[in-house]
Amino acid sequence: MKKIIPLGLLWLSLFVLAPSLMAAEISVKDGESIQSAVNKAQTGDVILVYPGTYKESVYVDKDGITIRGVVQDGEWPVMEGEGKRNDAILYSGNDFTVEWLTITHYKGNAIMGQAGNNFVIRYNRVIDTGVYGIFPQFGKNGLIEYNVLSGIEDAAIYVGMCDNVDVRHNEVFDNVAGIEIENTRHALVENNYAHDNTAGLLVFITPGLPIKTTYDVILRNNFVVNNNTANFGAPGSIVSKVPAGIGIVVMAADDVVVEGNIVSGNKTAGLVVTDLAFITDISSDPESEPNPDRMVFLDNLMFDNGADPVADVKALMLTQFSRRGPDILANLGSAQEPDNCIINRERYTSFGVKKWSECERKDTADITTMLIPGGAPNEVVTTENRTKLLYQGICAGCHAYNMRMIGPPTLTVQALYHNDPQGIADYIAEPHKVRSDYPAMPPQGHLSPDLRREVAEFMLSVTK
Amino acid sequence: MRQRIRPLLLWAMGLVMTAPALANSSSEWRLSEVCPAGFHLRDGGCYLQSFYSGYSSLQQSGVGGLKTGMPPLREGFTAQQIDLGRLLFFDPLLSVDGDMACSSCHQPARGFSDGLAGSIGRHGEVMHRSAPTLWNVGFLRELFWDARAKSLEEQMQGPLFSQEEMANTPAQLLKSLQDNANYRDLFNQAFGGGTLSLEQVYTALTAFQSSLVSLGSRYDLYANGFHEVLTQPEIEGMNVFRSFVARCAECHTPPAFTNQQIAVIGSPEPKGAALDIGVAAITGDASQRGGFKVPTLRNIELTAPYMHSGRFKTLRETVAFYTGGRGHAVPEGEHLSLHWHIWEPNLSDHELDLLVAFLKTLTDQSFMPVLPRKVPSGLAPVATDIFTH
Repeated sequence: MKKIIPLGLLWLSLFVLAPSLMAAEISVKDGESIQSAVNKAQTGDVILVYPGTYKESVYVDKDGITIRGVVQDGEWPVMEGEGKRNDAILYSGNDFTVEWLTITHYKGNAIMGQAGNNFVIRYNRVIDTGVYGIFPQFGKNGLIEYNVLSGIEDAAIYVGMCDNVDVRHNEVFDNVAGIEIENTRHALVENNYAHDNTAGLLVFITPGLPIKTTYDVILRNNFVVNNNTANFGAPGSIVSKVPAGIGIVVMAADDVVVEGNIVSGNKTAGLVVTDLAFITDISSDPESEPNPDRMVFLDNLMFDNGADPVADVKALMLTQFSRRGPDILANLGSAQEPDNCIINRERYTSFGVKKWSECERKDTADITTMLIPGGAPNEVVTTENRTKLLYQGICAGCHAYNMRMIGPPTLTVQALYHNDPQGIADYIAEPHKVRSDYPAMPPQGHLSPDLRREVAEFMLSVTK
Repeated sequence: MRQRIRPLLLWAMGLVMTAPALANSSSEWRLSEVCPAGFHLRDGGCYLQSFYSGYSSLQQSGVGGLKTGMPPLREGFTAQQIDLGRLLFFDPLLSVDGDMACSSCHQPARGFSDGLAGSIGRHGEVMHRSAPTLWNVGFLRELFWDARAKSLEEQMQGPLFSQEEMANTPAQLLKSLQDNANYRDLFNQAFGGGTLSLEQVYTALTAFQSSLVSLGSRYDLYANGFHEVLTQPEIEGMNVFRSFVARCAECHTPPAFTNQQIAVIGSPEPKGAALDIGVAAITGDASQRGGFKVPTLRNIELTAPYMHSGRFKTLRETVAFYTGGRGHAVPEGEHLSLHWHIWEPNLSDHELDLLVAFLKTLTDQSFMPVLPRKVPSGLAPVATDIFTH
């Protein structure tokens, strides 16, 4: 899991000795800008952020970048949003790592990913940021560990529309939602401490998103304790509709395993299993399958849950001749179906599990991670291969090597401009019609002279 | 602005002059054997080659970040089918009165839209929704603002046969094409014999529309590693766009700049107009009341006015809507299940300006098709003068 850049690239950097591929360390000291360092950094570089206060939003649109805080004598580098900056860290690059930062007072998220595979987010302290603490979205293969997050008005850790993610050894408290696994497949949530949130762990489907499913999720060996904080979610947000006092929510997600957790002191219920009807006043999505299917509830330690349920659950309990909420509340729609299973059901106060079958599986010891061995394969864009990409993305749209397309073949261009890349670079800035049987070329004057020269040289070097 | 238009002018004049050269290669009407710009010939079909061809996307969803694969494209049509679709698209023979073409409301000079809040129908009727751009339409799996069509073939039968729009009938459309010797020959070239059929018409128009690809904007250069191509304010605008404060990218998700979902955002109708209930009119589902398909933002600079009703004249007004407060434009007494991302981001005026600057980096018309100077029916082609305004 230490894989930060693809091995091939690493090999190249070590043995081909292309200087720009050599991983470098770039130091950022108090008063300097992390973004300036990112702008200078190349694939494989590590940005070391020394203790100090950094009042900026940092975006990383390159591959293979590491931002690493340097903690000295208990002094941390602090990213300070002052309640007016949007997000602290925004990344889209693959193979991104961020660690050892304290992040506080941003309006949006502390750490947000939009795509970017093979991410590592660890050893960060996130205090009172706006909406989400850690929010990777559209990422494949990621690790979120040893982070401590509090005071967040939505989810502290929100894994949204991702595949293959491990979330482990994190502490989340005083948030509305502790850890959310949403529209995500293959997630392991393990050894986390979720306490004093409105709800602790949530595994669910949100309808209306472009990726529709949540399945293959393991919640294992977590402490889910005293999640009774009054809901302070923003009006209209989905999380604002979650009742306070719930340890674990499984809504519409499939193949969720709950095992080895300590779930106690959650005043509405320890575990709620439900279909999509649990959230109201949301636009329906016929492509979102609403039922929680094939839930596997193995041995867990549960006690003292449901002592003072919210009014809706209290009313539900009264229909069951009880004033207390339960450890397990599953009498909501299809959650009661026998495709769900449980072992040692007599240990828990529960509603709705009567029809659940007995699990065949007794533990998940055979599964140690959901990460992909060797990482997710990526197209990594380095400064070296970007010219090739430019050629393929723009020029090759109209020029094939040895065949007529909308533009003349590359071979013809090579014959015309042999040893004259500047001639091509000048021509493409303001093309004029040369041959009557081809349409004029769209001008590329928005590319800098250097870029035009680079891609012209590349065009002359193409051999197939 | 002027600086950007000038090269386009020069280039487009080149295109217009080229059209007869291409068309006249052997007989009077000869379909192109060459795939359009951006497409490579493979196994007899035309397939797109773009920046995004080498990238994948999570669950093949076509949504993600900067280096994410596009949604699947309707591609693999032959060069001849695409070229035939190009001629049909601009030919008013397709309307009952012979005075409207697809290009009447989807004009190349206006981003394949028409610059109107509501398009103008056959007898001057004003439609109540805005004509969407056709750039990148081949990547969409649902068409119309209310997503009621599942394919371009299905979609085009709306305007072709709507009494308010082109007002044709299937029988009349077929007859007028079959009666035309040029079209008989051209359909023969494109489809290799057999009887000219409506399915062939739909296929050819789908083939052409799917070739309208715009993936070479300055944004795309940035996304693929050419960071120097965007100015600092444009980059800052991009960061506002994708921040979790403004949240634009949550629905207008790159690389297509739409996640192709239905969203209820509560944008206002023109003054005095009743609420357009959108998707709910199709599905009958009250929770989808006021719901519309999230439109792409590519080439958005070219397709004012904005929103389903064309209520907003400028991009600046449009982005300001999103910071006006959740539900601020919902009529009194009306309940809409507003999307959770519609909230109160408290964007500053400066941030709104930055957003507009970023949106303008999504403009790219480099694959503008050759606009025909004449069409096979002998009627005047519609809206092929790219400079009319």
